[in-house]
Amino acid sequence: MNYLIGLLSIVFFILAISVIVKSMKINKNLSESEDADTALDSSNNTNAYGMLIFWLLGTIAGVWSFLHSAPDFLPEAASKHGVTTDKMFWTSMSVVTLAFFASNTLLLFFAFKYRYNKNRKATFYPVNHKLELIWTVIPAIVMAILVFTGWRTWRDITSQAPSEAVVIELTGHQFGWYVRYGGVDDNQLGNYNYKLIDETNNIGIDFTDKHSFDDFTATELHLPKGKPVLLKIHAQDVLHSVYLPFHRVKMDAVPGMPTKFWFTPTISTDEMRAKLGKKDFNFKLNCTEVCGRGHFGMAITVFVDEPADYKKWCAEQKPFLATNPAYLAKVPANLKAKATKYIPAEPIATDSTATEAVSLN
Amino acid sequence: MSTVTSHAEEVHTHAHDHDHEHEHHELNFWTKYIFSTDHKTIAKQYLISGILWAFIGGSLSIIFRLQLGFPDMQLEWLRPILGEWIDEGGKLDKEFYLALVTMHGTIMVFFVLTAGLSGTFSNFLIPLQIGARDMASGFINMLSYWFFFISSMIMFTSLFIETGPASGGWVIYPPLSALPQAMPGSGLGMTLWLTSMTFFIVSSLMGGINYICTIINLRTRGMTFTKMPLTIWSFFFTAVLGLLSFPVLLSAALLLIFDRSFGTSFYLSEIYIQGQALPNVGGSAILYQHLFWFLGHPEVYIVLLPALGMTSEIIATNSRKPIFGYRAMIGSMMGITVLAFIVWAHHMFVTGMNPFLGSVFMFLTLIIAVPSAVKAFNYITTLWRGNLIFTPAMLFSIGLVSLFISGGVTGIILGNSALDINLHDTYFVVAHFHLVMGAASFFGLMAGVYHWFPKMFGRMMNKTLGYIHFWFTFVGVYLVFFPMHYIGIAGFPRRYYSFTALGNDGASAFTNMNAFISIAAIITFSAQAIFAWNFFYSIFKGKRAPLNPWNSTTLEWTTPINPEHGNWPGEIPAVYRWPYDYSKPGSDADFIPQNVPFSATKSSNLPEENADIAKEKDIDGLLGAQNESYNR
Repeated sequence: MNYLIGLLSIVFFILAISVIVKSMKINKNLSESEDADTALDSSNNTNAYGMLIFWLLGTIAGVWSFLHSAPDFLPEAASKHGVTTDKMFWTSMSVVTLAFFASNTLLLFFAFKYRYNKNRKATFYPVNHKLELIWTVIPAIVMAILVFTGWRTWRDITSQAPSEAVVIELTGHQFGWYVRYGGVDDNQLGNYNYKLIDETNNIGIDFTDKHSFDDFTATELHLPKGKPVLLKIHAQDVLHSVYLPFHRVKMDAVPGMPTKFWFTPTISTDEMRAKLGKKDFNFKLNCTEVCGRGHFGMAITVFVDEPADYKKWCAEQKPFLATNPAYLAKVPANLKAKATKYIPAEPIATDSTATEAVSLN
Repeated sequence: MSTVTSHAEEVHTHAHDHDHEHEHHELNFWTKYIFSTDHKTIAKQYLISGILWAFIGGSLSIIFRLQLGFPDMQLEWLRPILGEWIDEGGKLDKEFYLALVTMHGTIMVFFVLTAGLSGTFSNFLIPLQIGARDMASGFINMLSYWFFFISSMIMFTSLFIETGPASGGWVIYPPLSALPQAMPGSGLGMTLWLTSMTFFIVSSLMGGINYICTIINLRTRGMTFTKMPLTIWSFFFTAVLGLLSFPVLLSAALLLIFDRSFGTSFYLSEIYIQGQALPNVGGSAILYQHLFWFLGHPEVYIVLLPALGMTSEIIATNSRKPIFGYRAMIGSMMGITVLAFIVWAHHMFVTGMNPFLGSVFMFLTLIIAVPSAVKAFNYITTLWRGNLIFTPAMLFSIGLVSLFISGGVTGIILGNSALDINLHDTYFVVAHFHLVMGAASFFGLMAGVYHWFPKMFGRMMNKTLGYIHFWFTFVGVYLVFFPMHYIGIAGFPRRYYSFTALGNDGASAFTNMNAFISIAAIITFSAQAIFAWNFFYSIFKGKRAPLNPWNSTTLEWTTPINPEHGNWPGEIPAVYRWPYDYSKPGSDADFIPQNVPFSATKSSNLPEENADIAKEKDIDGLLGAQNESYNR
């Protein structure tokens, strides 16, 4: 279908050109003598009609292409604020489309209507303060309304996250995202430090902080439906940007400067799949700040679960310390007891003799 | 021709005995065409450099449009040009794709639309339209071009180095641009980019100082500020913008150079890259963005204002009607100039900047829409009940107004921080700024070339080719950028090599549309060849131009067809009236040039103008002082 638009536009385009060229030839034959006093030539009328044709074809193409593309726009926002901003987007869009259409119409229509006619003299009309006042004040008022509604929404979106918000940490790196959860016990993220990063502890979790012990990491982002979620965002190397297109969430990840964004997902993955009739639909997290070679592929899958499923999923995840008990060594002595709780019961001890003992069993 | 010149020179010699001695020297090829201090030659140098850059910048965009429109296309045939940048699979290298995007942006914004547009027409028109023999300092003006030339050479060289040119986007945000290990383009390519831009900034400061000094000091007698053509006003504001904002870019670049080469941490903090934790702490990547956009946003107006100024002139001339709301036009340009400095952070709503700042910048940003709207309405009203002559320049001017509106209205959406969350860094932004600043300014450039070509080269460009060029470009630009709004609303991020990672088969939704855009881009770009041919052919073989081909009122048309260095062979004309006396009631001629005194047009004078007749003596009395100032 899209090829059809392309084809059509090209056809119209060629037609328009040929009409212009032809009528120029005809005009030339009709009036060889050009008006000596002006820069006028015989194509003046052709160009004037061109403006009209452009307006007509442009309007048709604009409306048609919009209707044609609309099904491919992002579907209904899957977050609370997203619904608001979407609504505001389409309201603002209709206001500006109206302004766009009206002023372009006047421009092209005047260009056509007031094309040169040697029996007419242009109207000497240098100023009209009333008119100028009107079209200064009207845009100012419209703008004020748009700004005010925009500002209120912006204020709400960027307000402090509710205290019960689920806190999830996202760390951008070339070229992927690390996800860390606060853990099921204290539900708090532990500290991190970029100097502690190594091949296993690739977020740099700081195990001198007791909140780190139950933290777990994931390769996908799971979010509870209907609960406020606070994303704490970092970057390790260069700028990245967290983009959840379906949730209308975007926030840059900056090395050395933690950023955040909170929102409430409102549609679970399953519901969205049903809504769109696509069984394999998945929410996505993409990167929208150019970060190098792999920028365009820097994505992970996002699952929005029913709260109960989310809880279950969290409970199934093993704390980082449990899968990597070697990091127990980094825990200060006074917290060792607390941390040891997370080390699996069958002693996968850190020293080699113990390991041998286990394997002998 | 030669008789005219010799006669003119005779008059000239009689008129001033000793001034302008340099004009009487035989100029050799080098001093006439290369190291010239004549503002007209420098303008042509800028123009031709700008045109060459435009073709380079445009062709880069065609290469990446091939990738975006036809992701499966075999690009093996480009290997002779691109070499290793075509990978083994016959596809465009992913890093080179980013390099293309980066260089396209850099070249178009700085080298084409800043140097090629403002550099050309500020240089060409300021002395001619205000009635000056040359710029305040011809030598600094020449230096300005040659610094630009050095800058161009460095940037051009960077296209050919092994690690590729700068690739982090034209905004070169650190840390990506600061760390060579982050991408190869951040190595030597970025060093060359920064060096080149340093020269560029020096060049544009030299130019800007000259423009401002010339406009303030060298106006001919009677040319008060309120009698200046809008072109001059726009160049004046442009120069002020550049003078105040380019130094900030220089400091941003300088700090980046320090971070890259001398181990400082202005922008770097807590970085772990390629298995290594860097020692830098305490820097702020956001600081760079603030500094960059403190130039970056005024830069939008630096490229747009000259285009709007020239358009005002061209629309008035070819509507045979005064520009509507002359003072409102000046006022709105002044408003835009002031506001341009305090809206920069609307590029940074989602960078983690304090949301309160976001609110402030949203208010300020949407205020700037008001003067812009006033300008658009004034253009439309100027057409109303005019008597329109569609010269190619006029067509491009009308096209500019259309694009300015179409691209401008989406700025209201993007300036709204709540809406910007989802649209930031998507194709919606690409569509917006390409229409409002890219295409609109480009149309201004084209309008200017078609309009002032006769004054530049003493010959006419072919009109029919001009019309064809216009229609191809006008339709083409809309076909390229209008559909990009849709892709943006669908959430497609910019600077993506391919859209596969969007998942959910999202990429395939716009496959055809992307292909369509690419085809439209190729056609539009190819159509520029019509212009190039017309331009270069007409320089040598065009029809000879009459003295005042468009029946325009401004002073440049009172010079000889091929003005020498010094512009007017005799006295510089005095100015008695504003530049927009077209179709004045009571006047037989449909235009009255600025140098015609009111005492000579009694039948068409407005009451307050009759009162001005008394002042003409004062204006004429300034002749001695004016000549004196040139003798000093």
